Amino acid sequence: MNAPSTGMDIKAGAERSALTLYGEALSSRMLIGTAQYPSPQVLAEAVEASGAGIVTVSLRREQARGRTGERFLQLIADLGVRVLPNTAGCHTVKEAITTAHMARELFDTPWLKLEVIANDDTLQPDVFGLVEAASALCADGFNVLPYTTEDLSVADRLLAAGCRVLMPWGAPIGTGRGLANPYALRSMRAYFPDVPLIIDAGIGAPSHAAQAMEMGFDGVLLNTAIAKAADPVRMARAFAQAIEAGRSAYEAGLMGVRDMAQPSTPVVGTPFFDLRTDGA
Amino acid sequence: MTRSITVLGAGVLGLWQALTLARAGHRVRLLESSVEPFAAAASLYGGVMLAPEREAETAPAMLRELGLEGVALWRALYPQLRCNGSLVVASPRDQGELERFAQRTQGHGLLRADELAEREPDLAGRFNGALFFADEAHMSAPDALQFLLDEARRAGAEIVFGVGAGADTNGDNAADVVIDCRGMAARDHLPDLRGVRGERVLIRSTDITLSRPVQFLHPRIPLYVVPWGAGLYMIGATVIESEEPGAMSVRSALELLGGAYAVHPAFAEAEIVAFGAGVRPAFPDNVPRAIVRDGGRRIFVNGAYRHGFLLGPVLARTVADYLADGRTGALLRV
Repeated sequence: MNAPSTGMDIKAGAERSALTLYGEALSSRMLIGTAQYPSPQVLAEAVEASGAGIVTVSLRREQARGRTGERFLQLIADLGVRVLPNTAGCHTVKEAITTAHMARELFDTPWLKLEVIANDDTLQPDVFGLVEAASALCADGFNVLPYTTEDLSVADRLLAAGCRVLMPWGAPIGTGRGLANPYALRSMRAYFPDVPLIIDAGIGAPSHAAQAMEMGFDGVLLNTAIAKAADPVRMARAFAQAIEAGRSAYEAGLMGVRDMAQPSTPVVGTPFFDLRTDGA
Repeated sequence: MTRSITVLGAGVLGLWQALTLARAGHRVRLLESSVEPFAAAASLYGGVMLAPEREAETAPAMLRELGLEGVALWRALYPQLRCNGSLVVASPRDQGELERFAQRTQGHGLLRADELAEREPDLAGRFNGALFFADEAHMSAPDALQFLLDEARRAGAEIVFGVGAGADTNGDNAADVVIDCRGMAARDHLPDLRGVRGERVLIRSTDITLSRPVQFLHPRIPLYVVPWGAGLYMIGATVIESEEPGAMSVRSALELLGGAYAVHPAFAEAEIVAFGAGVRPAFPDNVPRAIVRDGGRRIFVNGAYRHGFLLGPVLARTVADYLADGRTGALLRV
């Protein structure tokens, strides 16, 4: 595959404001998942093309027992970016905590994307379990990035539990529907101006990612839209460009919307009386 | 030139090598470390579907071409190959998955619900329609492996069970060429080989008759129901990035059996015959290949991943060509 590293082109553009999570400055505002790719080789090429600073990895019990997933996990480690283990598919607090501990040991990192799933059909977060698990894991020294809804009171509880980053959903995992509730996400952004907020899940097209970034979100985490594309490497690059464009637009200051048209060409020098309608 | 060849490993790759090279006139010995045939072969857990068109949904384009060649070689060899095509279905709310699948693949036609019912009467009323891949084929893994074993012997290959690698690499018996098809057992020689766990369930149902594999698309659980005949159905298969060979998890069993139930509720009354898990050897691009080492005295044939039955005959022909006149092919690395 002809996949020149495009991360460089993008970085060479305007000055970039770094995203800092748990005290670590990251080179990109894009986070990508590592599941469902056609092969580990395509995954590696897509990660490189994306320039992403963080990859998430879901851990299955089958991989932890006797370190039998080591070869695949080594391929992930070899990508040379920060690994964010996640607790995907965990339905209870206990399960999530067990998986978190296995992940910390396997990857030798306190970073954790925390998922506690309420419902198999919507993969909606169980926000009660999420807060409980986040409290326990933050107290235990994990850097927790919780996958949550846009609910403000849940967000407050997660921050009180010790989370320093929040990851509200765009739409349910894997649906590719984009930002299902932009109004609520806008409120969340306004309510927590100083907390890094990353849109996680539901992103289907680069325009969705750009929209989130234009709204002032600090980053975007996605997986399926890239992994299941006909050409994951090109799609990874497309998302990187969209995220960069959205962020630049946010920092540059977007114009507001108006009800009335206003000509973009100056009107100086043209008569402001239409003589034909001047009653005289 | 007739050579003395030792093939290591009697899985689907090793058996195809032994058969093809014996037919090409070489003196072939096939050594398998397990005492009982196929006891240690990941191939035993195959579906087995020869599905070059459907695999093209995720596999590189090159594999489709080679896979079509593999189907032709199987058709020429194996009279019991079931050439009834294959079906892809999705539940009404996942029709988007079906459209996506259709866009990514070739060689299929769209069946309306009544046309589906004509081909598979027991699926009448179950789905709005299906994709039909007319040229695909399937077989039962144990039957096909036994057939390959018998054919290789008939072609003159000597096949020895209970003898591991190393038995033939020194002393007077040293072969001209060793072809190592041991899958995960050869991993110390192939540093980028990894294992990918796969699990499957065998069930027996007298309530439902299918004559071709049915792939059920679901956003989370890709699932196949493969009819092996005599009421036996193979339900598979998980793809887990792990080398654990142990027993199937309850989670996987629930996913596979739940999927079978979604294809047809009559599967609820089926008997469970066996749960099984194997570890597929794979290279980072998930493409199998033959790797020539030691100036041609040792050839590793490995990384079958999900394509061992489909590409076993192609890899065997590739190695035979290389030994005949040094020809290389898409799957051979010197």
